[in-house]
Amino acid sequence: MTSPLLSVQGLTKRFGDRTACNEISFDLWPGEVLGIVGESGSGKSTLLNCLAGRLTPEEGSVLYETQSAGIVDVHHLTEARRRLLARTEWGFVNQDAREGLRMGVSAGANIGERLMAIGARHYGDIRRTASDWLERVEIDLARIDDSPTVYSGGMRQRLQIARNLVSNPRLVFMDEPTGGLDVSVQARLLDLLRGLVDRFHLSAILVTHDLGVARLLTHRLMVMQRGEVVEAGLTDQVLDDPQHAYTQMLVASILPV
Amino acid sequence: MPDTNQDAGSAYNYAYLDEQTKRMIRRAILKAIAVPGYQVPFGGREMPLPYGWGTGGIQITASIIGRDDTLKVIDQGADDTTNAVSIRRFFARVADVATTTRTEDATVIQTRHRVPETPLREGQILVFQVPIPEPLRMLEPRETETRTLHALSEYGVMQVSLYESIARHGRISKAYNYPVLVNGRYIMSPSPIPKFDNPKLDRNPALQLYGAGREKRIYAVPPYTPVKSLDFEDHPFEIERWPQSCDFCGSTESFLDEMIVDDQGTRQFICSDTDYCQERQENQRQEAERQEIRSK
Repeated sequence: MTSPLLSVQGLTKRFGDRTACNEISFDLWPGEVLGIVGESGSGKSTLLNCLAGRLTPEEGSVLYETQSAGIVDVHHLTEARRRLLARTEWGFVNQDAREGLRMGVSAGANIGERLMAIGARHYGDIRRTASDWLERVEIDLARIDDSPTVYSGGMRQRLQIARNLVSNPRLVFMDEPTGGLDVSVQARLLDLLRGLVDRFHLSAILVTHDLGVARLLTHRLMVMQRGEVVEAGLTDQVLDDPQHAYTQMLVASILPV
Repeated sequence: MPDTNQDAGSAYNYAYLDEQTKRMIRRAILKAIAVPGYQVPFGGREMPLPYGWGTGGIQITASIIGRDDTLKVIDQGADDTTNAVSIRRFFARVADVATTTRTEDATVIQTRHRVPETPLREGQILVFQVPIPEPLRMLEPRETETRTLHALSEYGVMQVSLYESIARHGRISKAYNYPVLVNGRYIMSPSPIPKFDNPKLDRNPALQLYGAGREKRIYAVPPYTPVKSLDFEDHPFEIERWPQSCDFCGSTESFLDEMIVDDQGTRQFICSDTDYCQERQENQRQEAERQEIRSK
């Protein structure tokens, strides 16, 4: 019996007297992709930021099983340990690639940053790894010295993914990775993500409001409304046979083509 | 009217700054020496010259100077430029110290943008004027963030800038203000000295103090502290070399300035360190005289 990679217990986050996440508990198992869906303002991004240690919850704990040091409480680590964890074992893909990328430097440097941060000091090796990753995310190698400012939205998002995966993380947090992209680019990105998750046995927590994305990528789904998890279960189960009124409404409001 | 030239010294406290200010700055200096390469904030004062002209260096010099010190001031290696001359005269007047242009004779050397060519010795203090003390500033504009990066020694981003330089130019193109790692811990801006001078910072017997007046920061490298210039294994740190030698003294080892001397674009290379150059010329002249006497 393996133990969960991430175990969340009774997590509550308030902003003043407004509760953004209320008493949320779940386990994430190795190799699993968990989707969090819900409307805008339902607290899904706040939850993700709490899990990734970017926000501190008022109550509850986030336990993560590290590769070397056993199970740690993310919010009781020193800042140094937490930041180390965030740039080695974790990845974080932002909705807006500009937030997740260093826009002032080339694509190669963006991918190489994590490697250099953990001590890589060989230019040739760093560049080779960066090239490998550009290939994996289907970006033309000739663009390696271009700045992400001259990349299209889809390329930026793929570059951001490469930049995060270069350190071989075990857990990737994704906040609307396909938001703001046109549909064909979305489809390609989803395809790519599915391939990468499969190939590197990644665990991922994916926040989205797009049920199609959730259906395609996630194994399990949590539906959030007003800071509460109203329904959780296997993705197909939740989407095919929604129990909660809100989920039913959500599933029913998908536009048929 | 009293002769202001005569009385200027006595109108101010010794070395211009008041004693409390000097104590505050000395405390900052001591802390900076205790934590090599760490930028210590201090309550910088208004000085009688504009920011960017050496207010940080002047405040440090004013705080450490005493009557038995000998002061040398250089600006881009030269003892005879406006800035160097006026700072030297300033301290001769307000601190009643002897001044010199000879590196060997000086106990305190205030410098802008150069380290003297003549090796320094124990007991000497080198005071740098620093425009931008934060080496990560161009990469990370937020002060809170750069402090965190220093505190946690997260220096990946500095390496990223060197990577970027190689990707664009095929080599690390940074020629001055080349970032260094002090004592294996803090990344430090060596002030805009040419990277030619970086090796001189490493395990130097003299004490190095760095003062930034506008940004109000002091940092230090104590004697014999290791200072390593950042690089990549396959793109090691290198200093610049010239195919020419100095037109005045013939030196092939010193940092050379390139001068255009006429409208036809004729170029001349001369030592940037005027004291070093003059000393060599003097020695050569004496040697020639001795030869002449011997041959007679």
